[in-house]
Amino acid sequence: MGLLLAISNGALAVTATITGLGLVFAALLIARLISPRSFSIKKAEPYECGIPTRGESMIQFKAGYYIFAILFLIFDVETVFLYPWSVVMKGLGPQGLLCIGIFMFILILGLAYAWRKGALKWT
Amino acid sequence: MFNFGIWTAEFNNWLMTFLPEWLAIVVECVIIAVLVLLTYTVLALFYILYERKLCAWFQCRLGPMRVGKWGVLQVFADMFKILVKELICLKDTDRFLFKLAPYLVITSSVVMLACLPWGRGLQIIDYNIGIFFILAVSSVGVLGILLAGWSSNNKYTLIGAMRSGAQMVSYEISLGLAIMTIIVFAGTMNINELVWQQDKAWFLFRGHIPAIIAFLIYIVAATAETNRGPFDLPEAEHELTAGYHTEYSGIHFGFFYLAEYLNLFIVSGIATLMFLGGWMPLHVPGWDGFNHAMDVIPSIVWFVLKSFFVSYIIIWFKWTFPRVRIDQMLSFEWKYLMPLSLANLILMSIFVALGWHF
Repeated sequence: MGLLLAISNGALAVTATITGLGLVFAALLIARLISPRSFSIKKAEPYECGIPTRGESMIQFKAGYYIFAILFLIFDVETVFLYPWSVVMKGLGPQGLLCIGIFMFILILGLAYAWRKGALKWT
Repeated sequence: MFNFGIWTAEFNNWLMTFLPEWLAIVVECVIIAVLVLLTYTVLALFYILYERKLCAWFQCRLGPMRVGKWGVLQVFADMFKILVKELICLKDTDRFLFKLAPYLVITSSVVMLACLPWGRGLQIIDYNIGIFFILAVSSVGVLGILLAGWSSNNKYTLIGAMRSGAQMVSYEISLGLAIMTIIVFAGTMNINELVWQQDKAWFLFRGHIPAIIAFLIYIVAATAETNRGPFDLPEAEHELTAGYHTEYSGIHFGFFYLAEYLNLFIVSGIATLMFLGGWMPLHVPGWDGFNHAMDVIPSIVWFVLKSFFVSYIIIWFKWTFPRVRIDQMLSFEWKYLMPLSLANLILMSIFVALGWHF
């Protein structure tokens, strides 16, 4: 259905992407033309506390975030596997339900293990 | 219901009469791009005013009143002001990533906007995996926010970006599982077919208990996904200045601002599509006269009004609940919301297998 035009979805997706990029580019161009420009050493300081910034800012910090990132990776891959199942679920019947039940059970075991080990606790 | 596809098909035929095929396609693509751009900016401006007015009314204030009648021109003034501000690039920032981040954030929301079903025959990108495509594109926005925080070379932005990244990827799982609950019920991921399956009644009513639970999970996860409401700790202003976009000035900041409001509309649009029938009018099986009366209202009005209603609920959250802490936010997702949405998915598949639905 859609717009009933003879354009493929790929071309439309590319059009939308270019539109987004073009919007940012055009707005930046306009801003560059009409906005004032000045330079001073003080203005280029990071906006933190008023005193000169100390140490590096692009650092590795707080392992807690990475644990959640790894957990996310596990469950995101799980949802990617579940999507095709969810589309054909009606045709598979009880057998498909049982198979996906076993798949989910193993993953929930993984979550339970992480929970028990204290990975879900924010320290 | 009027089919807007008739207009576009006629326009296509008219173009074909005097243009070669490839040129007609190029012209149509340009028109689509202009329309998407107009919709994007008008919606973003409307949403900024919508939120400011609602926020004011929740707090017994009037909100913007000076510029234009009831302050409707305030947003245009604000946007123009943002446009004429200086673009500052600080020392020691990673220039390339700093400038790349707004492109990612804006582009992902524009592509998602182009996937939404606006009305009968008013949908631009219509993949057979439509809803999956939307979710995939939405992950690119997270990348933009992480890059913005990382490249700014500021401790506040780094913490804001890390929080935002952890929050958005966590709640994406619940969001995906809530949507998947409906996909199990509908048996398709094509957006157009999803809307047509709600011809008799909306999924929220057809799927009764599991669908309602999925709707509630979706609303909570969507609130967190757009960094709003009680989950706005990535930009908690009293601890992190402005979070990941602290170092952005002028229109650079404006992009993040626009994308935030557009994402609010997009998650409301997806909620409308998956639970409240998309552009389908309210139909009750058996009440033929009522159904015909509802069909008189154009489909685009249905979609836009339903989306505004869902956005209203999400804005209402923001001005009702206090901000949560990061440990509360993460444990709420991983200990309550995600197991609940997994259980709900299994419940829905049992209901579908046994035929316990309308």
